[in-house]
Amino acid sequence: MFILPGLAVVLVFIVAPLFMSMFNSLFSWNQLIRGSFVGFGNFKRLFSGYPYRDMFTNALKNNVTWFLMTMLIQNTLGLFFGYFLSRKVPGHAFFQRVIFLPVLFSIVAVGYLWGLYLRPNGLLNAFLALIGKKSWQQPWLGDARFATPAIILVNIWRWVGFPSLVFMSAVDNVSSECLESAYLDGAGEWTVFSKVVVPLIIPSITIITVLTIIGSLNVFEQIYTMAGLDGSPNFATDTIGTLFYRTAFGSVDAGSPEIGIGSAISVIIYLLTFVFSLLTVSGNKKKEVEA
Amino acid sequence: MKKRMVLVVSLILVCSLAGLFANGTAEAGQSAKVSKTELQFWTWRPEDVEFYDSVIKDFEKANPDITVVQNAIKNTEYNTVLSASLSGGSGPDVFQARAYGGLFTLSDSGFLEPIEKWMPEVKKFPAAALSSATDSNGVLWGVPSVGQTMLVYYNVDTYKKYNLQVPKTWDEFLHNCKVLKDNGETAIANGTKDGWTVETLLGVVGPTFYGGNDFYNDVVAGKTNFQDPRFIAAIEKLGELKPYLPNMYTGVSYTDMQASFIAGTATHFLGGSYEAGYFTAQNPDLHYDIFAVPGLKTTDPARVSVYADMSWAINAKSAKKEAAVKFVKYLSSVEVANRLINEMKMVCWTPGSDASKSPFIQKVLQLQSEGTPYVFLAGFRFKQPTGSQLFQANGQGYMAGQMSAADVAANVQKGIATYYAPFQK
Repeated sequence: MFILPGLAVVLVFIVAPLFMSMFNSLFSWNQLIRGSFVGFGNFKRLFSGYPYRDMFTNALKNNVTWFLMTMLIQNTLGLFFGYFLSRKVPGHAFFQRVIFLPVLFSIVAVGYLWGLYLRPNGLLNAFLALIGKKSWQQPWLGDARFATPAIILVNIWRWVGFPSLVFMSAVDNVSSECLESAYLDGAGEWTVFSKVVVPLIIPSITIITVLTIIGSLNVFEQIYTMAGLDGSPNFATDTIGTLFYRTAFGSVDAGSPEIGIGSAISVIIYLLTFVFSLLTVSGNKKKEVEA
Repeated sequence: MKKRMVLVVSLILVCSLAGLFANGTAEAGQSAKVSKTELQFWTWRPEDVEFYDSVIKDFEKANPDITVVQNAIKNTEYNTVLSASLSGGSGPDVFQARAYGGLFTLSDSGFLEPIEKWMPEVKKFPAAALSSATDSNGVLWGVPSVGQTMLVYYNVDTYKKYNLQVPKTWDEFLHNCKVLKDNGETAIANGTKDGWTVETLLGVVGPTFYGGNDFYNDVVAGKTNFQDPRFIAAIEKLGELKPYLPNMYTGVSYTDMQASFIAGTATHFLGGSYEAGYFTAQNPDLHYDIFAVPGLKTTDPARVSVYADMSWAINAKSAKKEAAVKFVKYLSSVEVANRLINEMKMVCWTPGSDASKSPFIQKVLQLQSEGTPYVFLAGFRFKQPTGSQLFQANGQGYMAGQMSAADVAANVQKGIATYYAPFQK
């Protein structure tokens, strides 16, 4: 009885749309009207023919870039921030707030403001000019080489506080006896961190990794606010989230909605999220150790 | 005790009666309100809310039995919000509808009321305008309202300052840009960060070089395709503008472009006639004029792309169709058209509308004598991937120096050929 309200929310907002997407992906669509049953025809169009295959591959590649950069930069930073904050370095309470504060900011506001900072005559290029590095100035969001990394870094700036907080509380929960025994045995700070702390916080690492997978496969708002729905420039920032939205709902420039193919993309997003999250959880389960 | 009980019961009765009376009065008031028909009216122009509020006020004065509630939704979200609400069986009674493919998405889905049976007079509108709202079965789904023309704005004061003349050839245009650049001015405001502004560049520059209607008619009929040398040459002309675009133009967005032209820091702005109202509203002291991109020789026609921008449509499921028709008739009237021309600097399709008080619109109409349909919007913005989407993305690649004009043309052709029957022969 107690779980009923929560269950209802999950059923209505997660399970029902999942099955609706699966259902819709099996039909042809004439504009917004469902047509005949086509089986896996929409999946076939998505994977076999130009332009959807090329667009999907390009978008998925960008999702992978999101995952790798977020894992390497954000979560590594988060782990170190969390560790040092839990070691109660001087000013840790202040740093804890500073690091976590951007997590509270609206993603739309962050995207809009950083979009302004990254303009050719924006804050970043002005700063580079100020420190005498004018040659480093770039049209950050207008150059295919920099656009995706720039948006990812902005997202990391906003979100690094979250893994930091999770890792901080995980390290706080590592029993002091374990740490003291390690120090008594002559282990240095690095050895304590890598050989004692990390194995004991594997459950937290698993959670953050799974959340990163989910976040990287579903990334949408950051692209939408900073590069637009068309994944500008020249699809350099396109992800399967923006591709799905554009395909399923259409737009002024993208044309009529292709709900069948859009639904097929959403099913792929569900599957990828599910499979990779499952693999991560089961893979990390083996690495967990009891304190 | 008994007395007290009687008193309490009496009080309750009095209160209940008072309540009933109050309810009755409120209901009577409500029924008076209900007798007024309320129309929901949606637009994609939050910038024009004040204008339409004043139009609505005038309409309500003449039709006291109808009230209109305006809801302006952000341009980029409009299609999605509108489609979702119409799919759900609700949505506005009257709304701004896109032209061409954007309109037919809704009509093919059965969401629109055919217009002609309610407004037979609409047939008097120009054929080019009607074609933007008429589907392949010849059914008209909206009343065309305004049209747009793609042209070059220039800052008259800056031209005077450097003693420049309105160019009569492409080389003269580039020469003007060079003079401006040599004097430290930003010659052209345009950037390419937003894909659709790259299509705008093509709409302004392209027709003069690919041959206007000759090419358009051929490519729509499948007699030629986008790998036609004329089209590739037109793309290459965009490349010739690169030295005169702003510093790091690939990162310059639409709003940056507008801001630099409005502030007078950029001399040219390649865009649509729809910009004029905004330019003037933002900087009433801005002294600008317009021209069409000239050809290689003075005798070559200076062509412009023209398209119908929007129409007024009625929800097929509206329970208030008669009131909706009244409102659409008013929106399409000469009175509103003249206000759109004079206050919003828009070219209106309404027969009998008068542009004599607007020199800007008169000039636009003059340029339209060499008008040709805005190629991707009018001809290839229906199915995915649209010509617009393909050109915008590949055009960004071309302007960034990552691909050749021939590659752009090939990619556009390949994408459209996946569904466009005349290209599949």
